[in-house]
Amino acid sequence: MKIAIASGKGGTGKTTVATNLAQLAASQGYQVAYIDCDVEAPNGHLFLRPDITSDDTVHVTVPDIDPTRCNHCGVCAHFCQFNALLCLPGEVLLFPELCHSCGGCQLICPQQCISEREREIGQCQIGKAGQVDFVSGRLNIGEAKSPPLIHQVKKQAPETDLMLIDAPPGTSCPVVESLRDCDFVVLVTEPTPFGLHDLTLAAEMVQLLGIPCGVVINRSAENDEATLAYCNSRRIPVLACLPDNRKAAEAYSRGELIAQSLPSFNQPFTTLLERLLQQTKHTGSPQQRCHP
Amino acid sequence: MKQLTVISGKGGTGKTSVVASLAFLADQVVLADCDVDAADLHLVLPPTPLSSHPFSGGKQAFIETAKCQLCGTCQKLCRFEAVRGPDTQSGSPESGYSIDSTACEGCGVCAHFCPAEAIRFTDAQNGEWYISDTRVGPMIHARLGIAEENSGKLVSLVREEARKLAKKQQRSTIIIDGSPGIGCPVMASITGTDLALLVTEPTMSGLHDLQRVADLTAHFHIPTIIAINKWDINPEVTAQIKETAKQRKIPVGGLIRYDRSVTAAQISRKTIVELDHAPAAADLRQLWDTVAKALFAEA
Repeated sequence: MKIAIASGKGGTGKTTVATNLAQLAASQGYQVAYIDCDVEAPNGHLFLRPDITSDDTVHVTVPDIDPTRCNHCGVCAHFCQFNALLCLPGEVLLFPELCHSCGGCQLICPQQCISEREREIGQCQIGKAGQVDFVSGRLNIGEAKSPPLIHQVKKQAPETDLMLIDAPPGTSCPVVESLRDCDFVVLVTEPTPFGLHDLTLAAEMVQLLGIPCGVVINRSAENDEATLAYCNSRRIPVLACLPDNRKAAEAYSRGELIAQSLPSFNQPFTTLLERLLQQTKHTGSPQQRCHP
Repeated sequence: MKQLTVISGKGGTGKTSVVASLAFLADQVVLADCDVDAADLHLVLPPTPLSSHPFSGGKQAFIETAKCQLCGTCQKLCRFEAVRGPDTQSGSPESGYSIDSTACEGCGVCAHFCPAEAIRFTDAQNGEWYISDTRVGPMIHARLGIAEENSGKLVSLVREEARKLAKKQQRSTIIIDGSPGIGCPVMASITGTDLALLVTEPTMSGLHDLQRVADLTAHFHIPTIIAINKWDINPEVTAQIKETAKQRKIPVGGLIRYDRSVTAAQISRKTIVELDHAPAAADLRQLWDTVAKALFAEA
């Protein structure tokens, strides 16, 4: 069962929810994998502190033009929708960071002089944090596109009862790539106007993808009404409320798992895990694989 | 005219709250909300829309079922798994092929190589952008459609329009609210700006992401200043951030204390500096002094 943890806005507590859930589920005997798909700003390792067993380079393919056969006809550059190729009278220039690896230039070249070569875009780390399987992606600095890396990172995930995917913030392609094929999405929000605004965008996105979702209100205080009313009107279950607590912010700042270091958070996370397992049962996902 | 971009490796560090306060303190400002994925500036500085414009950043393929001969070439050639095959489960292959618009990258391979010419390849509307007025000055902002790409292009467009407007109205400062992360929208937010203000928090993840985004501004040779938000949550990590900044020769231009009135300001749709009693307001005024000096310093 694959559960993605997402949020329209950054900093709402996605990583907190994902890492604490992973640790808690593992302590209850579930086979758990934590997959950090926030490859622009991966943080899961700071809390789970995994022992990394492999650290591999991830590549995408880009065109490789044979200069001895290219006659600079310009068909490839004309075809490319991403302006990754520029045909000059004497040569064809490639802007690799613009290339989407669609393979179109290779297919269309009348001289058949385009092959493909690999280009590094980031790293994928695999390890073990206690009983939790850990996979994390890290996009190289200056690299524009994260979805191909996210795709590769998800492929490295081991088979487990429960896979928790820590998604990047926002609602555009990196998030969509992270949520693809998931059985359920947990949307983490905070009870502020910013939080509610971005929650509505995230909920629209999840609806567009046709995946069931539930909400976790982080830093919950007396100002939850608007968020609760929104969830109620859209029939989105509120799975848990994590209290606003300066001690939690401090524990987070030290890289601690709050469900472990603050006893008052153990109960909300335990309830959240139970509800998640129940919710996904209702959605018809293969619950039988998921037993302690 | 000077351009300041406010960024953060990580979301939720208080970027938008800082932007709104600096914009309130600055004179002759044009705002550009380049966090097109989760644009929130309009919640603090409610805009009066003056005009809206469609944004098309790419193309999209669409299969005309009537012309489709079910050869499957499109599905074979698509590298993005965006072509859905005929519904074999229900035993009706006539349901044909279709394209998952959330997966389609708009490369045009399927349309070009379809032997039946059954695939239309047309401009996609990926979002909208707006010119608005706010109580601190005009604002260019945008909304990217859900699951749409090309946010980098939209960010560049928002910045270009902000520049045009600032020139026309002879405004001296453009303040850009950047997006989180280090990917394409952020690069489009910072390239060619005069100064990047990096808002971070004293947490392990804040420190980690600060390193990544500082690498990015160094990569593009953008002068950078750091502001540490909620610095008193963890004075030790604040000290580590200061040490990191020193090693990287990046000035720490301001410390903003943990202050619950920041949330109160959001709820009342005000900038923090508009709340006179807010302790963090003093910190933000000081931050603007430092930033303005750096921004308008003669090179």
